Amino acid sequence: MESTAARKPRRSGAKRTSAGNAKKKAAGQTDLVQLLTPEGERVEHPEYSIDLTPDELRGLYRDMVLTRRFDAEATTLQRQGELGLWASLLGQEAAQIGSGRALNDSDYVFPTYREHGVAWCRGVDPTNLLGMFRGVNHGGWDPNSNNFHLYTIVIGSQTLHATGYAMGIAKDGADSAVIAYFGDGASSQGDVAESFTFSAVYNAPVVFFCQNNQWAISEPTERQTRVPLYQRAQGFGFPGVRVDGNDVLACLAVTRAALERARTGQGPMLIEAFTYRMGAHTTSDDPTRYRSAEERELWETKDPILRLHTYLTKQGLADEEFFAGLERESDALAKRVRDAVRAMPDPDDLAMFEHTYADGHALVDEERAQFAAYQASFVTAEEGI
Amino acid sequence: MAAEKMSLSKAINASLRTALENDPKVLIMGEDVGKLGGVFRVTDGLQKDFGEDRVIDTPLAESGIVGTAIGLALRGYRPVVEIQFDGFVFPAYDQIVTQLAKMHARSLGKVKMPVVIRIPYGGGIGAVEHHSESPEALFAHVAGLKVISPSNASDAYWMLQQAIGSDDPVIYFEPKRRYHDKSEVDTSAIPAPLHAARVARPGTDLTLAAYGPMVKVCLDAAAAAAEEGKSVEVVDLRSMSPIDFDTLQGSVERTGRLVVVHEAPVFLGTGAEIAARITERCFYHLEAPVLRVGGFHAPYPPSRLEDEYLPGLDRVLDAVDRALAY
Ligand SMILES: Cc1ncc(C[n+]2csc(CCOP(=O)(O)OP(=O)(O)O)c2C)c(N)n1
Ligand SMILES: [Mg+2]
Repeated sequence: MESTAARKPRRSGAKRTSAGNAKKKAAGQTDLVQLLTPEGERVEHPEYSIDLTPDELRGLYRDMVLTRRFDAEATTLQRQGELGLWASLLGQEAAQIGSGRALNDSDYVFPTYREHGVAWCRGVDPTNLLGMFRGVNHGGWDPNSNNFHLYTIVIGSQTLHATGYAMGIAKDGADSAVIAYFGDGASSQGDVAESFTFSAVYNAPVVFFCQNNQWAISEPTERQTRVPLYQRAQGFGFPGVRVDGNDVLACLAVTRAALERARTGQGPMLIEAFTYRMGAHTTSDDPTRYRSAEERELWETKDPILRLHTYLTKQGLADEEFFAGLERESDALAKRVRDAVRAMPDPDDLAMFEHTYADGHALVDEERAQFAAYQASFVTAEEGI
Repeated sequence: MAAEKMSLSKAINASLRTALENDPKVLIMGEDVGKLGGVFRVTDGLQKDFGEDRVIDTPLAESGIVGTAIGLALRGYRPVVEIQFDGFVFPAYDQIVTQLAKMHARSLGKVKMPVVIRIPYGGGIGAVEHHSESPEALFAHVAGLKVISPSNASDAYWMLQQAIGSDDPVIYFEPKRRYHDKSEVDTSAIPAPLHAARVARPGTDLTLAAYGPMVKVCLDAAAAAAEEGKSVEVVDLRSMSPIDFDTLQGSVERTGRLVVVHEAPVFLGTGAEIAARITERCFYHLEAPVLRVGGFHAPYPPSRLEDEYLPGLDRVLDAVDRALAY
């Protein structure tokens, strides 16, 4: 952003931004929080720091590798017809694992439909995520067992739920926080703007975690905003920060700080994780229609897993045995997921009537009985032949 | 131009193209409608040929899309907006119901609202949640909106032409599972009136009334019934607001029996309105109560159950048999 602004000195707005940035920089701030460069070099940031043990570093690496492997397996299962659809997180592992590992057990997560890495961090069994993509349920896990809400497909809706949940935490005087995930495209939805308003007004303990993966299906971020997304927060009265979304250390450090702010009554914060959707929007999408191969190649050099691999290797924090062991673990995970999906039964026909209401409903009961009778008549007719 | 065989989605594309060519005030707006050509490729090639000023990739905000379309219409444009899937129209529901539908009446006719809202709707494509719904009754219930749905390529072409030409807001429901079905389109023909129903197959024993994706199911059911010696008439309603009750009445007076079929839940659906009106109009001609076949009072199920949920050949024939048994 800075360099673009600097190249257009005649635009007064751009000039101001550029000057502002220069001043901030003098005070030791940059636009993008980064702690691990794409080349795998550890760098320091004046505001956000992190000190992890070798075990923790290897743990983050393992999380990212297993998540990517799970994701690749799901894509394969879709190609093989076992799933109807898959929304891949490829490229966004650092954003999801970094933020996911910042959470405490009592924190609550409101995901979109792509947060497979966050689900992993919450201990949601990955095979549970596949039910809705196979078409056997609409979610199927208990949100309260891992404090991980169901995937939300209607863009942006969950940011308000997250805000309300956070308002509840504040009312209860509890010291947990909420994290709401959403995309660059979602940032245009009214619901998201309203969640910013509510969270600010009620000082709700919620962290808005926007994965700016540069694309909303075929539309680039420029179709959604003229300012960097993290700057939106300022107008609502809470801080926003842009973090290198492919840097798992930075994502962890910034999210930890934001959650801590929230837990200590300092209100909401917006994190824009600057990343890239390496794959298609979903398995139904063909990105060659709207974006260049060069763009993807550029982002390949910023791969989140590669840079941590380089760092671990260079620092002698992980050896061949570790990587080989992880490879075996990945294979085992993939096999477990594959077997589980293939064994996933179709729901019973009458299941579609279940849980429509908590207290029951006469019409549902009537229609269920009619449908059951209709199906039974069918079976007897067949048996009669 | 002579008649040409084309798919339903191609017919919509051709219709949009004609509208863009004929009237510089026509605009296409929506998510991914430009470069991508829409997730179903319905607007394929239009941005390339008519430019980004007329075929507009909008921010991801349905309320914004419809709200700004209203403003553009106030300024003399004729926006044709796309909602990507049925389940995503609801952020725009407020703008549609409280503003779009009422503007003409509130301004005592001074302000016209020539806005078309295209919505791919209905199930049968194995999709995830929110991608298979049939919310037409939620719009037909609102005075000020016109609600239509073509069942074939020719109607898709012509009804969209007429909708764009209309000074009223029109919700144009596209039967997404029929997008690839091909049929003859004569782009130089004189089309039927927009809201007229059509007898799609004549018959004498019973009338099946349907629209959009269910017309094919009903035609198949009528063919199957014919093999059992039952003569079933199929009426393609084409319009859910207004409904052409005269054509339907004529049919029911001939057959004495009516079964209404739609994917949408039966409870308070268009079939309920039709049953009430036809009972009033044809009470002495009816040999059986008007029956309905449709969705259940439950959320649209996961896709592995949608074949059970959706009215298929068997459920339609079951209703035919029940009506004939009276
Ligand atoms: C209200 C609503 N409108 C449209 C859609 C269709 N849709 C699904 S994903 C998507 C793009 C989302 O982009 P973004 O928020 O950047 O998230 P990403 O998919 O990149 O993770 C769209 C338009 C939807 N799911 N919900
Ligand atoms: Mg995105």
